[in-house]
Amino acid sequence: MPAMQDMAAEQPLMSVRDLTHMYGNRTGCRDVGFDLYPGEVLAIVGESGSGKTTLLNCIAARLQRTSGTVAYQMRDGRMQDLHALSEAERRFLARTDWGFVHQNPADGLRMSVSAGANVGERLMAVGQRHYGRIRETATDWLGRVEIDHDRIDDRPGTFSGGMRQRLQIARNLVTGPRLVFMDEPTGGLDVSVQARLLDLLRGLVDDLGLSAVVVTHDLAVARLLSQRMMVMKNGRVIETGLTDRVLDDPQAPYTQLLVSSILQV
Amino acid sequence: MNTEARAFDWAEAPAIATYNFAYLDEQSKRMIRRAILKGIAVPGYQVPFASREMPMPYGWGTGGVQVTASIIGPDDTLKVIDQGADDTTNAISIRKFFQRTTGVRTTTATTEASIIQTRHRIPETPLTAGQVLVYQVPIPEPLRFLEPRETETRTMHALEEYGVMHVKLYEDIARHGHIATTYAYPVMVQGRYVTDPSPTPKFDNPKMDQCPALQLFGAGREMRIYAIPPWTEVTSLDFEDHPFAVQAFDRPCALCGADDVFLDEVIMDDQGGRMFVCSDTDHCNGRQQAGHAGEQET
Repeated sequence: MPAMQDMAAEQPLMSVRDLTHMYGNRTGCRDVGFDLYPGEVLAIVGESGSGKTTLLNCIAARLQRTSGTVAYQMRDGRMQDLHALSEAERRFLARTDWGFVHQNPADGLRMSVSAGANVGERLMAVGQRHYGRIRETATDWLGRVEIDHDRIDDRPGTFSGGMRQRLQIARNLVTGPRLVFMDEPTGGLDVSVQARLLDLLRGLVDDLGLSAVVVTHDLAVARLLSQRMMVMKNGRVIETGLTDRVLDDPQAPYTQLLVSSILQV
Repeated sequence: MNTEARAFDWAEAPAIATYNFAYLDEQSKRMIRRAILKGIAVPGYQVPFASREMPMPYGWGTGGVQVTASIIGPDDTLKVIDQGADDTTNAISIRKFFQRTTGVRTTTATTEASIIQTRHRIPETPLTAGQVLVYQVPIPEPLRFLEPRETETRTMHALEEYGVMHVKLYEDIARHGHIATTYAYPVMVQGRYVTDPSPTPKFDNPKMDQCPALQLFGAGREMRIYAIPPWTEVTSLDFEDHPFAVQAFDRPCALCGADDVFLDEVIMDDQGGRMFVCSDTDHCNGRQQAGHAGEQET
């Protein structure tokens, strides 16, 4: 068994080749390719309109690609082209093996039901039918994302922005996914809340051995969370490499501009 | 059910003789029967159909009326109930409608009826093979309140993604300590489709399981028909540690003394006087005639 696990670890979790998405004549993203290995966090940075979110939606199979392949290592170790999966398989993958953290927590949460039900939804979706155990798991997860236990029956509407975002993360991680997609997870939060959230995320990613693809325009987020990053402009990847290398020694002119435009205090 | 339009006897024809038998034209009936057949073939699946305008407002049972109009024949005996009662407005107006447009025999006795159109109750008297129970359904989609998009709920049905149904029940327990949904309690039909039993009290859910009668559901405004064929497994959703249970009443019917029935609260005066009586009037009358009596004989 260990030998097989090693083999699985050497294989990329996700392998993207020549991925292109066109909105009619306009480019969403073009000829993107990368490998994501288990336990790795990849940041996609770039300015607004550079195709980051389009790329994220394509690899999360939320958007139909125009061309290219997105292969994903299923739990049995076999590489599978996502777009060749049936809708049922894709949706099952999305609610068990993946997480998707939206920039706006309201997009990822069910605002009309309590925090506990939000966390428990995925468990119920995969067939758990024991109220006590679902609630126990939900309580545990709320604790892990630093939400007080006595808020379990409150609706997310009564939560602050930072708490909602943490709740969204708990809701996604409860089924033990292997890969989490995050779209600007810290967008719209003030800096101190951002710092706590990043701290939390970093801890969770380490503890659970998650892989993650994080879309952000905030280079600090990329620095803190990711091991590797890709810089996008006009739908293309213009630079890729280890995060520290790209940020400390940017090669492409656009990356140099991006790095030098960080405000210093 | 012989659904051929019978030769019209002009001498005893009612004032609206120019209408077809059972109001709807034969082509419409045919279309609705097709939807019904499809519904029976796929138990619990909501079949879209081209709902017709009926001479009554939406919410008054236009779906149920169309289903009844499509299956009724001259030999049928019709019973119409509204919240269990044969003598409330909705029941009376629909019964009159079919009396005038079909001339079929009507009854209030559950055992004599071949077709029972119902709003929000299943009769207490057990149904038998050969009977058809037609429900009037306002909102056929059990997922609607959790997922407003029709495209999404259809996909969820297709892929059996029913986790969200339990989210609703979870929320009930979290808020009230028990499953507080008392009517329109979601059921799983034949282990496949989650279905809304129309707003019947959950007291009636067990009666749907392995029922010898055919159960048809018509939603006129929402343009959906679905069916539960005879002898079909119907399970109410629940949690392992919070199993499904029907309402219990702490007193028997004040008129007939029955303690295994669904009771209605009737306000007697403006001094807080009230009594609890059978919601199924036919069942209650039958018991009273058989000599049963409650505490409060009136």
